[in-house]
Amino acid sequence: MNLLALIVLMLAGGGIAWISERFNPKAPRWVALLVLLAAGLWVIGLWVSGDGPIYAETKFPWIARFGISVYLSLDGLSLMLVVLTLFLGLVAIASSWSEIRERTGFFQFNLIWTLAGVVGVFTALDLFLFFLFWEVMLIPMYFLIAIWGHENRGYAAMKFFLFTQVSGLLMLLAIVALVYQNYASSGVLTFDYQALLGAEIDPDIAFWIMLGFFVAFVVKLPGVPFHTWLPDAHTQAPTAGSVILAGIMLKTGAYGLIRFVVPLFPEAALDFRWPAMTLGAVSVVYGGYMAFSQSDFKRLVAYSSVSHMGFVLLGIFAWNQLALQGSVVQMLAHGFSSAALFMLAGALQERLHTREMSDMGGLWVRAPRMGVIALFFVVASLGMPGLGTFVGEFLVLLGAFQVNVTVTVVAAIGIVIAAVYSLSLMQRSFQGPPNADVAAMADFGVREMTMMLLMAIALVWLGIFPQGVLDMAAPTLAGFGVGVP
Amino acid sequence: MSRQDFFVLAPYLAIAGGVVLMLLLVSFWRSVRVMVTMTVLVMLVTLGLVVANIDNPPHLVSGFLLIDGYAALFNIMFVIAAIVTALLAYGYMRGRSGEPEEFYLLLVVATLGAMTMAAAHHFAAVLLGLEILSISLYVLIGYSEEGHPPLEAALKYLVLSGVASTTMLFGMALIYNATGTLVFSELGQSEFSLPRDELYYVAGHGLLFAGIAFKLSLVPFHMWTPDVYQGAPAPVTGYLATVSKGAVFAFVLRYALITDVLEIPVVSTVLLMFAVLSMLGGNLLALMQNNVKRLLAYSSIAHIGYLLIGLLAVAVLADGLIAVEASLIYLAGYFLMTLAAFGVVSVLSSASEEVDAEHIDAFVGLFWRKPLCAVIMTTALLSLTGIPLTVGFVAKFYMLATGAEGGMWLLLWTLVIGSAIAVYYYMRVIFTMVRPGGDAGYAHSSPRVEGMAVLVVIGISLIGFGVYPSPLIDFVRSLIGITGG
Repeated sequence: MNLLALIVLMLAGGGIAWISERFNPKAPRWVALLVLLAAGLWVIGLWVSGDGPIYAETKFPWIARFGISVYLSLDGLSLMLVVLTLFLGLVAIASSWSEIRERTGFFQFNLIWTLAGVVGVFTALDLFLFFLFWEVMLIPMYFLIAIWGHENRGYAAMKFFLFTQVSGLLMLLAIVALVYQNYASSGVLTFDYQALLGAEIDPDIAFWIMLGFFVAFVVKLPGVPFHTWLPDAHTQAPTAGSVILAGIMLKTGAYGLIRFVVPLFPEAALDFRWPAMTLGAVSVVYGGYMAFSQSDFKRLVAYSSVSHMGFVLLGIFAWNQLALQGSVVQMLAHGFSSAALFMLAGALQERLHTREMSDMGGLWVRAPRMGVIALFFVVASLGMPGLGTFVGEFLVLLGAFQVNVTVTVVAAIGIVIAAVYSLSLMQRSFQGPPNADVAAMADFGVREMTMMLLMAIALVWLGIFPQGVLDMAAPTLAGFGVGVP
Repeated sequence: MSRQDFFVLAPYLAIAGGVVLMLLLVSFWRSVRVMVTMTVLVMLVTLGLVVANIDNPPHLVSGFLLIDGYAALFNIMFVIAAIVTALLAYGYMRGRSGEPEEFYLLLVVATLGAMTMAAAHHFAAVLLGLEILSISLYVLIGYSEEGHPPLEAALKYLVLSGVASTTMLFGMALIYNATGTLVFSELGQSEFSLPRDELYYVAGHGLLFAGIAFKLSLVPFHMWTPDVYQGAPAPVTGYLATVSKGAVFAFVLRYALITDVLEIPVVSTVLLMFAVLSMLGGNLLALMQNNVKRLLAYSSIAHIGYLLIGLLAVAVLADGLIAVEASLIYLAGYFLMTLAAFGVVSVLSSASEEVDAEHIDAFVGLFWRKPLCAVIMTTALLSLTGIPLTVGFVAKFYMLATGAEGGMWLLLWTLVIGSAIAVYYYMRVIFTMVRPGGDAGYAHSSPRVEGMAVLVVIGISLIGFGVYPSPLIDFVRSLIGITGG
């Protein structure tokens, strides 16, 4: 019952946060903080007390009519992503500490419910339950963008919801088709992931079902050409929303590919390997190119996410252990670095009321602590050795090189582009002559510095000692790419 | 009339007796409060008798009515919808001129008609029930004496529905001409299964289904729906969208189950066409609506389109009862969410305004002004969208599962495309409700306690059956398990 209780705790905590607004508009953020800390301690408790490969498991029947059960399981990969989720949840609350002044209760409610949905996505091993959480995380996020977003929030929120909801419907159709294919061949109606792993499906049909899952996950990842929702949603969302979107939600797409697409449809996914790898490489280059041409700080970071997540897609479909491990490290590293950059963007917007880099310039003089932090995460984003992103991208390229040289070379160009747009971001906002219009600006305080330093430490740790992460993910990833050239 | 007949007919006798009692009462003691109380009492007694009879085996009353679990299930839905409508109408009619006492009388009579259709086993019973229902509805739709829209709606419905009824009647006559019987079970027997292209037989069914398509407002027989739904008083619209359609569907589904009408190629092709057109047309036409009542009218067209998947599956699946189960679950969900949506419009509609709270501008900022109404409306709309954790998702999931089991891919793709379109217009209403501002504009009436109580109960059941649908599923299965087809 542990895992279900964890999610219920978060859902209930969200409700309490909403109600607590009646007593004091500042109460919800404290409630949210406590809920997330409690959930975080709970997960760490499971981590410490359990020993792999499965740290915790909950399973009991739910809708017997369709063979649906409440099946939650926490293995190494899930555990790392859940920890990332809860940690970035704390970052999100910290980053919105002073930004959100209206309807604080409903804000924290949506924030926590999104996180609860994501934790559900990372732990569900029943396809019905997985889809349920997949949708549950969307609606609060829709509200976060639609209510607390910036000037063009209505459009961005609707676009985000349409893209993810439509692709979700495709996945639902694919799930039902998969289950009934399995029902036809085995006579058992079940949504259990373990039972469906060995499903015998007609290869032609399997391809289409696989495609349904693939599109849903790639929209979320996002890969070109399904990425167009992302720049709008990320830019218009409030800081906490951007942090969660970039840091966590994009990972659900990658997680889905690793957990569902490849294991459930090994043959069909293998057939689809070249288009998928090409999409990954195109995302890397196109995302980087678009990032460079932005003048909006947040939009630039948003496009850089497309570029970074392209490596994940490339790594998964390179179909070997090396690249896959790279993808996992990249997921975590991008979680930290993008969350930090969005938090920085949010802090700048709160202080300067603009996201346009042409209105910035020379900010280092005004806020040296912000400058140092910005430099660190910009350098992390461009793939400096010794930091997490480098390890992820390097491993992906190393693995992909064994498979297809052309695609790898194209993707490697992305790293060069990353250096260009990252440094240009730094140059245009923090360096150069100080903008005379910017009179004075508060530097980062203790709260913001603590969060930033924690994320910086995580990136350094990922960069210097990635083996711990690889070991934890190893049982989940074992068996991938076996017997494939 | 045997003793057994008497017992199984008890719900019908109770409601008919209630009508007589109310008729006498209203002549001597005119009080709205008394009439509402009587309505609810009569309905509760009827409900109690229906539930008490559930365990009896199916019983055919003189070949005219088949009282079984199937009929009981529909009767329960109709009676609950009538109670909801009566309580909502009480608040709605206050402050409006005219004599509201007879409204409740007509409501009870209409429900008697619907219940007759649910048990009909003979074309004469169908016609009887249909006319009792329709003639009551003509008056109910035009009930508010003042104002132009109700009168226009009533007249439109009177003329068109009258034409549809006669079309059906003529169809029945032609079927009688071809077969010499009007009893369903005899039509289903082998000696009556004529060549499928026997002219009168096919022509009769053509006319019959044209009339049915009108009553169910399937595209292309939907033209009347938005105007009538908009013009009718909001509580009546809710009743019209649920009970009137449910009654016709109860007849069609039973007819399809007992006879082999779906084996007639023309009929099944035409129904398939209706389903596809309704799913696409209903959703597309709803896209640009600024009037919430019209929007819900179009959305109800689309939902009946989804429901037809269940009807068509009767002939496709090896066990037709599975399709009946899916249809009934869908209909139960549809009843709840439609009643909730129109219910919110009802409680917000103010007698001092010329029209109901139907324009989308009347919903601006509802979240911050009337949070409870807004939350219930949001739940209803999310349910209509088919978001997990609501009963609407369970319903849609049932349709997907049934379609996948029967391999009806065209219909499933249409359902997915239709639902994808629908996301936009449902979310638009939700977005309008969270938008700040809008104090000017529509002057909402302050919701009355009994109306809100009903809505809260429906809202809770929307979520409750969405989270844990097993009781609903088990109940439906146990009831139709004893119909025996």
